[in-house]
Amino acid sequence: MSAPSTPEGRRARPSIASPEGRRARPAIATAALLLPAYAWLLVAVFLPLGAMLFFSFLKTNPFGSKAPLVFTGAHYLAFVTRPYLVDVAITSLRLGFWTTGICAAIGLPTALAIARATRGRVRQTVFLLAILPFWTNGLVRIFSWTMLLRQGGILDDLVHLVLPGVGSVGLLYSFPAIVVGLVHAYLPYMILTCYLAVAGIDDALIDAARSLGARLPTVFATVILPLALPGLVSGSILIFVPVIGSFMEPRILGGRIGVTMGTVIEDQFTQAYNWPLGSALSFTMLGIVLAIFALFSSVLRGRLAP
Amino acid sequence: MSGVEVQGIRKSFGGAPVLDDVAMRFAEGRFTSLLGPSGSGKTTLLRIIGGFEAPDAGTVTIGGADVTHTPLWKRRIGMVFQSYALFPHMSVADNVAYGLHRQGIRGAAARAEVARALALVELEGFDARRPKQLSGGQQQRVALARAIVTKPRVLLLDEPLSALDRRLRQTMQVELRRIQRDSGLTTIFVTHDQEEALTLSDRVAILDGGRIVQEGPPAEVYERPATRFAATFLGDANLFAGTVRDGAVATPSGPLRSEAPLPAEGAPATLAVRPEKVLPLPAGAAEPAGFNAVDATLRQTVYAGATSTLLLATRDGDPVKCFCQSRDAPALEPGAALRLAWSPTHTLVLGG
Repeated sequence: MSAPSTPEGRRARPSIASPEGRRARPAIATAALLLPAYAWLLVAVFLPLGAMLFFSFLKTNPFGSKAPLVFTGAHYLAFVTRPYLVDVAITSLRLGFWTTGICAAIGLPTALAIARATRGRVRQTVFLLAILPFWTNGLVRIFSWTMLLRQGGILDDLVHLVLPGVGSVGLLYSFPAIVVGLVHAYLPYMILTCYLAVAGIDDALIDAARSLGARLPTVFATVILPLALPGLVSGSILIFVPVIGSFMEPRILGGRIGVTMGTVIEDQFTQAYNWPLGSALSFTMLGIVLAIFALFSSVLRGRLAP
Repeated sequence: MSGVEVQGIRKSFGGAPVLDDVAMRFAEGRFTSLLGPSGSGKTTLLRIIGGFEAPDAGTVTIGGADVTHTPLWKRRIGMVFQSYALFPHMSVADNVAYGLHRQGIRGAAARAEVARALALVELEGFDARRPKQLSGGQQQRVALARAIVTKPRVLLLDEPLSALDRRLRQTMQVELRRIQRDSGLTTIFVTHDQEEALTLSDRVAILDGGRIVQEGPPAEVYERPATRFAATFLGDANLFAGTVRDGAVATPSGPLRSEAPLPAEGAPATLAVRPEKVLPLPAGAAEPAGFNAVDATLRQTVYAGATSTLLLATRDGDPVKCFCQSRDAPALEPGAALRLAWSPTHTLVLGG
């Protein structure tokens, strides 16, 4: 038997007849559908971002003075001229990696459980609970963690209830406290993106792997994890970026040690009124984040290639 | 020894029984079809044999060893799924090698086995492709190669041809039979396509409502259906209900005889005849000696190239079908009267 030459497995799609006029209409429709989104992006994202890029090259704040604008690239050398910023940036990146990693470690199993073991009403309920942090006010969420984590707080009391001998446990104003608050805030992103990836995995794939002699850990490593990878990656991007720039959680849960790029940048805008420096720092962080993504994507691509 | 035997298998989902005390032997090296309408439990039986589902009661043995409680990954079965279930993130070669890797066969040895399996399904040179880049028929053959490369004890096929178009399905039927004969694998094939079951199988088992209603070689099951369901599900059948009287069955169309033993005098009985066994004769013509004959009116002639189907009605209005070669089909208008005749040898007595 010779190899069949036609793609016989696919159902023939009703094709749009070839005349050019017919084909032009979907293009117009597509453009019309995209227009609101891109108009919004232009106004709401690129204009302010452009303004910030402009500010970052100014010497001083342009507001309230008649002096002519002086341009400089000096703010982009902040990491050289103010070495303590390097430590701050490293703290931010550590927060990013820890939060993203913990979100992945919790989010993927949660998504798997929701997608594979629940249905109907139960699935809706579990989903709702997982997404609850989205619906709570950020400040309320963070301040409720302070009650839980502080010395003599709820967690402390619980630990003493089980182990009366140990000293007091106060996580508040520490690195782990910030991570706890950030994981709480961003976990839903990971659950959602992983759920979308995992829900598309055909049950028969798992049956097939098992029938070929794979035990469940092997099925997870060789079938589920590679197929969930797109979800993990997009979840990680969604989480890593805002965590790097976060300032509420570091400030409230980190206290004195909660100095991150987010808080430093916020200070430039709200306390020091040095908008040019704040903008320059923002763009520098953006560059660092993009560099990290580029590195990771090339590593991932290298791993996925046969 | 790799024959499969199931005994006393029961299974229900959410209180609804799907399999009800199923017992069946699948002889070693034979190709057996499980044929039945959807909901008859055929796929569930296959999944229980494979170990994808656990039966509520009963035992499964493969090669004489009880595997009822053996986990799926240890059963050494090969399964081809209706959706093919190829791993989309792996190349064709990696898909086929998956089971070999699980057995610890890697490197050159695995590559040689993969090449052999791909040659068997005539897919040499497709190693590096992804499943998405293959046609349905090619995907199906990769799935088959993946299932047999590990030298399983049993090959399970869950409607593997149902997603293919007619022509390709026929080609794949021939392929499947060749590969099964060459490999000598005990094969269990689930289908709802009666023609496919008859063409491919050494044995056919008909399931209905979670029970095996008849089992045997295709010709026997087709020619001697035991129940009304078997007669009408596997092929077409003209049914005549009546009462046993004087060694014949008295029906509204007249007394009909069968060579098969009839129920007791006065008991109700149903006779059946396959449409291709019925001779269409001109009205008033004498039927061959000893033949059953009924008068009928032509309703419609369905022309299908080589063959034609005559749709008729008896005097009582009951539908009757007659298949004949188009060459032999009488050129008659609807409404014409005909006499239909068939031998008592081809007259089946149905139970159930």
